[in-house]
Amino acid sequence: MNASMWVLALLDGTTQAALLFLVALGLSLIFGVMRILNVAHGSFYAFGGYAAATVSAWLANGESVPMSVLALLMGALLMGVVLGLILEIGLVRRILTIDPVMQLLATFAVFMIMEDLQRMIWGASPVSVTHAVDAMGTLNVVGVTYTAYQVILLPLAAISVFIALRWSLSHTRFGRQVMAVTHHREVASAMGINAKQVGLLTFCVGAVMGTLGGALASPTTSLVPGIGGDMMVLSFAVVAVAGLGQITGTAVAAVLIGMGKAFAVYLLPELDVLVPYLMMLLVLLWRPQGLFAVDEARRV
Amino acid sequence: MFSRYTSWAIALLTMALGLALPWLKTPLIIGLSYGFAALGVALLIRAGQVSFGHAGFTCVAGYAVVVVGRLWPQADALLLLAVGAVTGLIGGAIVGLFMMRYRGIFFGMLNLALSMVLFAALGKFYNLTGGTDGVRLERPPILGQALERAHYESWLLVISAVAVVMICTLMRRFYASPTGVALSALKTNEVRLEYLGISARSVFYRGYIVSATLCGFSGGMFALIQGLVTPELGYWVRSGEYVFIAVLGGTLHPVGAFMGAMAFEFLKLFAASALTGAWQMVIGTVLLLLIFLAPSGLVAWLLRLDRQFMKRTV
Repeated sequence: MNASMWVLALLDGTTQAALLFLVALGLSLIFGVMRILNVAHGSFYAFGGYAAATVSAWLANGESVPMSVLALLMGALLMGVVLGLILEIGLVRRILTIDPVMQLLATFAVFMIMEDLQRMIWGASPVSVTHAVDAMGTLNVVGVTYTAYQVILLPLAAISVFIALRWSLSHTRFGRQVMAVTHHREVASAMGINAKQVGLLTFCVGAVMGTLGGALASPTTSLVPGIGGDMMVLSFAVVAVAGLGQITGTAVAAVLIGMGKAFAVYLLPELDVLVPYLMMLLVLLWRPQGLFAVDEARRV
Repeated sequence: MFSRYTSWAIALLTMALGLALPWLKTPLIIGLSYGFAALGVALLIRAGQVSFGHAGFTCVAGYAVVVVGRLWPQADALLLLAVGAVTGLIGGAIVGLFMMRYRGIFFGMLNLALSMVLFAALGKFYNLTGGTDGVRLERPPILGQALERAHYESWLLVISAVAVVMICTLMRRFYASPTGVALSALKTNEVRLEYLGISARSVFYRGYIVSATLCGFSGGMFALIQGLVTPELGYWVRSGEYVFIAVLGGTLHPVGAFMGAMAFEFLKLFAASALTGAWQMVIGTVLLLLIFLAPSGLVAWLLRLDRQFMKRTV
């Protein structure tokens, strides 16, 4: 492995980490407020990707940078809000109080349904719309040619979402309400917070993060059936390593797993698929609740 | 009363159907094989834990059966089934050491992750596993007799029907045993269980091993009836189907898994002709309906019949 391969692996890792972070953060945020692991989150990623590809194919071409990026964002936002509204109102708010096993099964059922829906809407053959990548061209990073889209836009998007979320959770009214509901739903409701409304908004924000991850990934990969399931498990790996509901932890874990995956491609090509899971298993052996989890009292 | 004899009824019915309508033999055996794995998953659902990765155990057991069958072509089908179950047992004993520490979401997703690792690894090491094409198993003798296809399938059907009755009886005993009762207490309240001086982890470990053994046995059945083992057998969709069957049938009584499996198999026969390409959507929709309308599954009706019968006799 020579110097340029190190650079390449580092860049690949950054790209992966940025996307993983966005998707995992949505998952973690939804879990924090609803206490439900949304297994269908991987499908949000896939649907976001397809929606962005569809909107890009309509609106953008490979020349105008703002237009092609805007098309991606529009696709993600539209799809995220629609999915978020339908699922929260139609399902999630109705299963908040049932047996946890059934909650997990309910979102798993949605995942299965969406997997087939996706095949029906966009077909099984790969979809690839690369306008945004084409428009932004390539960059030379210490002797390695890489697309500007991946080097600049993806990390920028991840960092701005991270900062915006951290800031709004601690400085805005809505953010503080989210924190309160995350901490303890009943007490927050007793204090006069409309937990139902907070739940709906948070679910939509979380869903948009999932679709945004997919939308931003769409110009760099081809979309095929099955990406939703892969992303679900990967983003769960990130969230599990970080500890559920930890924002900064999610960022660190996304970088760890993204880099681990990218370096594995160059160093241990046989094992590249396994590395994220092995990392997750190792972390969980050492700290069963994740690296950054805060201990919670056992409720008898 | 009714629930007690349902396993006999299922066994006799499948045998009668299979021998009367030969084209139904393979679907029936496959349906019962699904039932064994679903029973393994149902056992864990009783403890309040869902595994989305138990297909991994059936898959490993399937490969083990093929390996033994190739190394020793005279190996009897009954022996190969035992190989499957033992592989599941060993797998469960190893993986369980790690899994017994996790509950809820972590448990479900870690099982899923492990099965996905297995799936990816099986596809990658082409020389050893035949990649995604899988490995073939030559038809083994049954009770020392080399059989042609029709007879071989009839015998397999009889074996699986007998296994249904035996396993249902054994599992009913297991559910009533101290470990079995402690397992369902794990769902109600783990902390209280520990206050009674029972180690929740060791109870769960034992339950996990039993469930993996059942999945291993099911893997052996799949290998014998299909004569082919592919990584598909360990794909997460398979695990999802086992969970689906367990919920559809209900976990209150072991026979529920087989009722669910039969319903599932006929749903599949119907859906294959009417709704190609929407199979997962059908499962997902039925699963959602079940969660809201009949969370205790088909077996709950049977138990209600039992109670009415008891009331009338008293």
